[in-house]
Amino acid sequence: MRYLPMTQPDREAMLAVIGAATIDDLFVDVPEAARLDGPVRELPMHASEMAVERHMSALAKKNLTAGEAPFFLGCGAYKHHVPASVDHLIQRGEFLTAYTPYQPEIAQGTLQMLFEFQTQVARLLGTDVANASMYDGSTACWEAIVMARRITKRGKAILSSGLHPHYVSVANTMAKFTGDVLDTTAPELVADMDLDQLIAKIDDDTSCVVVQYPDILGRIADLRPLADACHAKKALLIAVVTEPVALGAITSPGEMDADIVVGEGQSLGVGLQFGGPYVGLFGCKDKYVRQMPGRLCGETVDADGRRGFVLTLSTREQHIRREKATSNICTNSGLCALAFSIHMTLLGEAGLRQLAEVNHAGAVSAAQRLSQIPGVELVNDSFFNEFTLKLPTEARPVVRTLADRGILAGVSLGRLYPGEDALANGLVVAVTETTTAEDVETLASALQEILA
Amino acid sequence: MSINQSGWRPTAPEANTGGVPASVTGNKALMLEEALIFEIGDTHTTGVDFEFLPGTGRGTIRRMVEGAVRERAVLGKPPSTSCAGPPPRAGEDRLAGLSRTAPIGLPGLSEPETVRHYTRLSRQNYGIDLGFFPLGSCTMKHNPRLNEKMARLPGFSDVHPLQPVDTVQGALEVIHQLAHWLVTLTGMTSVAMSPKAGAHGELCGILAIRAALEAKGEGARKIILVPESAHGTNPATAAFAGYSVEDIPATAEGRVDTAALKARLGPDVAGVMITNPNTCGLFERDMREISDAVHAAGGFVYCDGANFNAIVGRVRPGDLGIDAMHINLHKTFSTPHGGGGPGSGPVVFSEALTPYAPLPFVENRDGQFVLVEEETAGEHHAGSFGRMVAFHGQMGMFTRALTYILSHGADGLRQVSEDAVLNANYILRSLDDTLDAPFGPSGPCMHEALFSDSGLAAGFSTIDIAKGLIDEGFHPMTMYFPLVVHGAMLVEPTETESKAALDQFIAALRSVAERAKAGDPSLKTAPHFAPRARLDETLAARKPVLVWKDPAPLAQAAE
Amino acid sequence: MSRFFTQDHEWVDVDGDVGTVGISEYAQSQLGDVVFVDVPEAGKTLSKGDEAAVVESVKAASDVYSPVSGTVIEGNAALTEDSSLVNSDAEAAGWFFKLTLSDPSELDSLMDEAAYATFVEGL
Repeated sequence: MRYLPMTQPDREAMLAVIGAATIDDLFVDVPEAARLDGPVRELPMHASEMAVERHMSALAKKNLTAGEAPFFLGCGAYKHHVPASVDHLIQRGEFLTAYTPYQPEIAQGTLQMLFEFQTQVARLLGTDVANASMYDGSTACWEAIVMARRITKRGKAILSSGLHPHYVSVANTMAKFTGDVLDTTAPELVADMDLDQLIAKIDDDTSCVVVQYPDILGRIADLRPLADACHAKKALLIAVVTEPVALGAITSPGEMDADIVVGEGQSLGVGLQFGGPYVGLFGCKDKYVRQMPGRLCGETVDADGRRGFVLTLSTREQHIRREKATSNICTNSGLCALAFSIHMTLLGEAGLRQLAEVNHAGAVSAAQRLSQIPGVELVNDSFFNEFTLKLPTEARPVVRTLADRGILAGVSLGRLYPGEDALANGLVVAVTETTTAEDVETLASALQEILA
Repeated sequence: MSINQSGWRPTAPEANTGGVPASVTGNKALMLEEALIFEIGDTHTTGVDFEFLPGTGRGTIRRMVEGAVRERAVLGKPPSTSCAGPPPRAGEDRLAGLSRTAPIGLPGLSEPETVRHYTRLSRQNYGIDLGFFPLGSCTMKHNPRLNEKMARLPGFSDVHPLQPVDTVQGALEVIHQLAHWLVTLTGMTSVAMSPKAGAHGELCGILAIRAALEAKGEGARKIILVPESAHGTNPATAAFAGYSVEDIPATAEGRVDTAALKARLGPDVAGVMITNPNTCGLFERDMREISDAVHAAGGFVYCDGANFNAIVGRVRPGDLGIDAMHINLHKTFSTPHGGGGPGSGPVVFSEALTPYAPLPFVENRDGQFVLVEEETAGEHHAGSFGRMVAFHGQMGMFTRALTYILSHGADGLRQVSEDAVLNANYILRSLDDTLDAPFGPSGPCMHEALFSDSGLAAGFSTIDIAKGLIDEGFHPMTMYFPLVVHGAMLVEPTETESKAALDQFIAALRSVAERAKAGDPSLKTAPHFAPRARLDETLAARKPVLVWKDPAPLAQAAE
Repeated sequence: MSRFFTQDHEWVDVDGDVGTVGISEYAQSQLGDVVFVDVPEAGKTLSKGDEAAVVESVKAASDVYSPVSGTVIEGNAALTEDSSLVNSDAEAAGWFFKLTLSDPSELDSLMDEAAYATFVEGL
């Protein structure tokens, strides 16, 4: 077996040192009845690299990839161009095959990168601080709700109707067990987010309001009045960003006084990967840092006075605090955070803002073209690179038909909100720098034909 | 002859007899210092070219944006050139009046600077590729590069989680095939693939237990029993799921005190969380008996599967009465640790817990792979406790783990656990004359060897041995865990080390341990040869500096 | 004024019905460098044995239990600024909180300095 360096003479020599006659003697504590006498039955034996590659390649070929079709899906995962050097750098063995930097003297690479990542994320989200990343946006969102409960000592969270339905679903699942009360509603196909409705719900029991920015339909709203309303009732405003590229174009939630800003960082560096692994972003105001979940990297000096970095404030975490920890989270999304950070460094502020411009301009153009199709309406008044169309018919079968023609048209709201008839005609379309004008035209003509 | 004009007169090198001056740069040949991106970059530089640069634009969107660039437009003064269809309304974007006006403060680097920055940083890290990484409980085995290659096939890496299922049949089949392997290897009934990491998997298992109890009208059970030697995630998870945690004592030989555990069982106990093999490196012999007792008392058994590498292919947890167990794909199945994630923690379930497993999951219906989500769960999976994550879990880890599993096959995986256990016992018995092995007399260990700091000179502790090992070129073992052993050193060699690598490590640990026992003061200041000396963690925690703060605003500094 | 100790290494100085609580010199020596202290807010009512404060080193967090019942008057704000006071002056400037005692008879079950010294000796 190519991954096992031990030879049979090695094994025998080692058994002699141990004083065991056979390998089986080392498993003596396993009850006889539970010991298998040979390889697990019904499973194939080892295979060569070539054979495995054939098998996996055959499976890969069964998928229609984003790169080979006009592609318009978003809703929490976006297709962006990732510069080639990102993937090269994250595959350096010292990054790829390192562990959590518990021995900081020989992990300064990971630690400095995390410090840079935390700063990039905090600046992007507009928060004072950010952690070293969470699993993904949906789990970061739930962690933020729990954090708000710890801070406010209140148990009712108001979730905006524009919050990604999977994020709502995760929160609902967790709240069933923690006893948090969640106020949730499905969105309506209207031009603007209704922040007044949210504001009206805030009361003295409210721990937080959770609002997505831009929201699931792509809409954008000024969060300042909402932040003020939250703070007037001593509740926190949590903003969720699923498309961080947007913050190159629009004011960040932190700049609008959100207390906790979480996000999905997949857009930068990570790629689609059928949903994971992704990278959760988590930032907040300074005063709440001790209530944050997840790893934090901090600056310090070594015994010789040289600058260095360490994991810090670990007493919040499970390996020390055990049942009193702020979260049970044990890993971050290290390698994806690295990819995010490298991509962000390559872009820099100038690049991010250009990228955001290209995305927005493309989306504006596509929205105009698609809303010219008879019967198709553009729902949004505002959007960044993603908007919602209202079709004259149910969107889900239309998406399937377009997929049969090799066009990945967008996300039907029927898929995201099964059973919500009022949303069934909604189609969320994302346009990024990878979308060409030809792609838009291909979608527009095909859509027009199908709807005719 | 002609005279040597260049002045270069090669001679044999001289040995250094005096001191060496520090370099001006702070660099030491191959050991290169690297500043922060905030110190070397600026907000005007970008390492990415966009297609709308003059002369390269083609297509509607690009023409439009090209126009915008010519006008030096920033957002808020939107693009205004024509495109197919009517042009955007002049002077308007669709950003709700929220166009960014303030700078963000994100430094950029050109591509060569970027590559050099991260390459230099990488060289300040220790990784499995570089050397032996015997971090107990973490299973730092070789990460095959075929895994990486397969995960990057566009058919896996470039598909969107919400594509119509007909367009992602291969992706769903990967999930299904890996699920089949995991269920079969563990002798369980089903598996939830979506948990994002081990701790997330623990939560998944505990939530399924709670859902099952509530379905039986036994939601009043509020206690989870956890051994003192457990990973910190176990009690943290149970608390997160709303349970109170009670410790189970251990026996003198390092195993769960079965009698004490049985005595504590009752109508208030929801279940137990047991790590098997346990964190002392021992197999819990009474596991079946414990499971039967817990079931008889109406509770469920969660097994922390962090140490599955010790038994994969030889023991099926299903045969031990386990109800739920997470599997760290980044441990047993070789997906990279990546400096602390991403992980992946699928959870296998017994028949009793299967109805409560989370959404989504993949089913094979006559060759067609179906994604069961909220919409269709009601048909035959109404008991599911719900969704734990957006989308479907760590696909990028599934492709790697399946690649690894197919490479090994059933026979190779059996060899994995055999070699992992053999290597750990070899280390245990090669060093138990030098270091105290508190459970050495309990018999063979599984895939980890555990030592204590007993017998070190006054003032010396495990951390000094760990830092000494760094100078010897090794990543240290896990320190001060499990908590039940004073100054614990948990050594997990894994199966991917050669005997020569183990022998070198044994010699190094023996030497460092002898120095600690003799009170060698130079050990207190180790490491001496690493990029940094010991770091001041007290300072970091007392006055946390968690983000870079510009001495002057970045934009100004750049000008 | 008299000083009492608990087996959990808290001390309490009593002056009239006001108690000042801290952790013992022995306790701080076992912690390593203290990096953070979380003290209770004024007005909080505590029963004897309640978790009243938290003291943290880099690698451990320990609960501090209230040696007596009462209502918190004041947490030591100086510790928020400089947690190292717990290391440098555990039994004076490094005090954690003051409270009004609701049941002075609880003091009877605590150790005096001599008894605590013997207790620590035996550890």
